[in-house]
Amino acid sequence: MRSKDTVRVGAGAGTSDDRLVPALELAERGDIDYLVFECLAERTVSRENLSRSKNPEQGYSPSLHARLRMVLPTCIRKGIRIVSNMGAANPLGGARAARKEAADLGLGDVAVAVVLGDDVSSLVKHRGDLRLIENGEPLESILPKMISANAYLGADVVCEALNTGAPIVLSGRVADPSLFLAPMMYEFGWAYDDLPKIAQGTAAGHLLECTASVTGGCFGWPDKKNVPDLARNGYPFADAKADGSIVIGKTPGSGGRLDVMTCTEQLIYEIHDPSAYITPDCVLDITGVTLTQEAADRVRVAHAKARPATPTYKVNVGYADGYIGEGEVSYGGIDAVARAKWAAEIVKERLKLQGFVYDDFRVDLIGMSSLHDQIESRPEPYEVRLGMAGRTLDRRAAHAIGFEVRAMHMHGPGRAGGACEPRVRDVLAVKSVLLPKSMVNAQVVVEGTP
Amino acid sequence: MSVRVYDLAHSRAGDKGNTSNISVICYDARHWEFLERELTEERVADAFRHLAKGPVRRYPLRNLKAFNFVIENALAGGVTVSLAQDIHGKSYSNVMLAIELPDPK
Repeated sequence: MRSKDTVRVGAGAGTSDDRLVPALELAERGDIDYLVFECLAERTVSRENLSRSKNPEQGYSPSLHARLRMVLPTCIRKGIRIVSNMGAANPLGGARAARKEAADLGLGDVAVAVVLGDDVSSLVKHRGDLRLIENGEPLESILPKMISANAYLGADVVCEALNTGAPIVLSGRVADPSLFLAPMMYEFGWAYDDLPKIAQGTAAGHLLECTASVTGGCFGWPDKKNVPDLARNGYPFADAKADGSIVIGKTPGSGGRLDVMTCTEQLIYEIHDPSAYITPDCVLDITGVTLTQEAADRVRVAHAKARPATPTYKVNVGYADGYIGEGEVSYGGIDAVARAKWAAEIVKERLKLQGFVYDDFRVDLIGMSSLHDQIESRPEPYEVRLGMAGRTLDRRAAHAIGFEVRAMHMHGPGRAGGACEPRVRDVLAVKSVLLPKSMVNAQVVVEGTP
Repeated sequence: MSVRVYDLAHSRAGDKGNTSNISVICYDARHWEFLERELTEERVADAFRHLAKGPVRRYPLRNLKAFNFVIENALAGGVTVSLAQDIHGKSYSNVMLAIELPDPK
């Protein structure tokens, strides 16, 4: 049991492909107040923008239906509020879909508070002078190919959405830790100048945003880092108190492990400069953070610090950048590697004969050098899979790679096996700019009656 | 005699754009100073020279008995355009763990 002055914020998804059932287990057995689904990878909003342009009703995360269908009955019954960025490129459409799911489940009129304003594409269209963070070039260089531009909004507007009383809060792009910080700010009345508390809540959000990463997922190692019952690992939650104290826990009875080691890996994960992790809410400093095992599967987080937030939002600009074509085929047994290398040369020559050119091209011997390169120093495996990939603006050139690799069955060195169908995918590239916060109009709209 | 980073620490790799972010976390806090001395930016840059242009920056995190390495130009242009099998470089922590260091004894 937990004390009444605690707010418990649970993590229900760390990516749109995350498992569904652990979120339900957390809602049923975790005694949580909030269930947060973080479902947007870098490219997701661009992809969903394309979906919306084909069908104006779509553009939210397609996983919204399955997730809400699974957890809504429990959440509504127990009064667990849902916070999610599954609105993606169409939060209003997502809200309508969520309300329909609720009605279909017999839960009646469930209101959804929708966070809007992250879509800044019409704004940045006129700001071609903004510099891309990645290469310093003007935004102008990718504007003609732009598909989407979304600001990473902060916890303040999500907090405002919670203030409406709606059981569900749905947003597009919001920074991952902000989704978790918002319920704490709302419950305890924390403001952005309560920096030690904002720091603690942001650290908690960062620990929760990859769900199973703190409960033993992506952690185990045979005979070295054991994870019990990994097939059933559970999702985590944070117990927050008004004074900013934070303890991380996980679903009772679930598999996995939650300890200082798992939390340390996630705390440092993708943080770059640990004294300056920039979120829309603050600049987090974890260089003094302590993690303490307080009980089984409970870790206390203390001493996070923060400086005030920067005056800008990071904006992800998604744009179409041609195609990636891929093909794979396998060689096994005597001289497998030599035959795979020969096939690669033939494919390259065939592509050249057809006049195809590529901005980037790559040959992998999967089983030897596809992850860490250095083919010259790797031992020869019994079997190897040849992978070839190229990026190009010409769709036919992209398709030709997989076509020619597959043709190694008929026209290559002796006995290839198991070629895959030629694969072609659209490249949705992402670059970013900084936009003054004052230019962005983050706002909340309520669908239904809270 | 030598030890591997693997013998003393665990590690996780993540990405942002074309930059790889790799943590190194001591099992035993007593090994932190040894790693501070031996697991230098130069040594890590050398281990990743075939994968990353760099530069490599090391951030010490003594409070967590850890280090964070930030390696730039490491992910074939980044997850959205990379042709690599492991577009995020999640497996890069295994390159870090395989680095050999002089025996601490």
